Amino acid sequence: MLDKDGIARRIAKEIKDGYYVNLGIGIPTLVANYIPANLQVVLQSENGLLGMGPFPFEGEEDADLINAGKQTITTLPGSSIFDSALSFGMIRSQKIDLTILGAMEVSENGDIANWKIPGKMVKGMGGAMDLVASAKNIIVAMQHINKAGESKLLPKCTLPLTGVKCIKKVVTELAVLDILPEGGFKLLERAPGVSVAYIRSATLGKLYASDDVPEMQLD
Amino acid sequence: MINKVVSGADEAIRDIAEGDTLMLGGFGLCGIPENCINALVKKGVKELTCISNNAGIDDFGIGLLLKTRQVKKMISSYVGENSEFERQLLSGELEVELIPQGTLATRCLAAGYGMPAIFTPAGVGTEVAEGKETRSFNGKEYLMEYAFEADFALVKAWKGDTAGNLIFRSTSRNFNPVMATAGKITIAEVEHLVEAGELDPDQIHTPGVYVHRIFQGEHYEKRIEKRTVRPKE
Repeated sequence: MLDKDGIARRIAKEIKDGYYVNLGIGIPTLVANYIPANLQVVLQSENGLLGMGPFPFEGEEDADLINAGKQTITTLPGSSIFDSALSFGMIRSQKIDLTILGAMEVSENGDIANWKIPGKMVKGMGGAMDLVASAKNIIVAMQHINKAGESKLLPKCTLPLTGVKCIKKVVTELAVLDILPEGGFKLLERAPGVSVAYIRSATLGKLYASDDVPEMQLD
Repeated sequence: MINKVVSGADEAIRDIAEGDTLMLGGFGLCGIPENCINALVKKGVKELTCISNNAGIDDFGIGLLLKTRQVKKMISSYVGENSEFERQLLSGELEVELIPQGTLATRCLAAGYGMPAIFTPAGVGTEVAEGKETRSFNGKEYLMEYAFEADFALVKAWKGDTAGNLIFRSTSRNFNPVMATAGKITIAEVEHLVEAGELDPDQIHTPGVYVHRIFQGEHYEKRIEKRTVRPKE
């Protein structure tokens, strides 16, 4: 079973040279730590920055320079800054190659829910609805089961949706899965030490899995 | 040049009235019109509708207006950092319209560009789409979203000149330039106010035609919401 950093490490392997990438808040943010140094990758922060650099050195933080998670950050040689309308313009017009975001639930037909629990928690969708509606390549980083032990990979989402039929790949602490165009989760890789039977028991949505699904390679 | 300078925040917001709709620039606490917000708290004007990506935190930014119950309705995309906001929302005391961040920005843009509506795929098939007109282009469905109408836009820039031209700094730009174009009356507060002619016309982000009042703000706190650093090597 993977920890959060393990999920981030596995997702980082999906990033290719020359990609512009948008990382959501939470586990997706950790992915930045595992992008191989030999790849040329530009991170977008949807508040209006391309070329997000690391956290500033202590004492050098700048209140005017933050990422979409409101953390102080730095720019890099070649960075650019723009307003929020242009930021979502480049998202809608599919200039961003890969979007990685978190989810509370994902369904077997590719629906995603991640912004609201009615009556309990309302944080808002932020840029998530824009991203999932437009991005051509989305990976969801999420926990396979919630704190109550219930599957978050479902036949149908129970929470208010963020987007419909938009998710094609999911990486969890247990597995890497594709969502098939005709519906259903296809198990591609198992986390180290996790059996197909266990993944099956943790997946409420329809799961397609062969008996010889490989274990994921993290390095 | 037409001189847009007013004496300060109190004069700039003097005619904001009960029930008005305001746009407030900023993302999180970054690039928010601190002086205008403080002046609104002092003035005590109520029943405001505020269009702003976020709602501040409990003791800073729009959070101050929420605490004094001056806000009737918020139109935002993400409000997760403000517990008083969440409390007022869940209890029904505060009217809230949550909309996608790109939709929020582009509805401002449409207003400033003189276009009545936009079509966006964001929110199709979700509760955001309820009651809204949809149209299909090239086999994909889009929501029609209207340009915002705001009585006032309150924005914060780094530098501005007496003619109302604005330059923003770093990611404090965010929603400020698009909101600046969208207010019936746009009020800009700046860290540095200079004479017309001192800014390079090629470097200006917002042309002064969009700005009706400008003043140099005082005592910018520029609070950091999440201070993240790495140790010096």
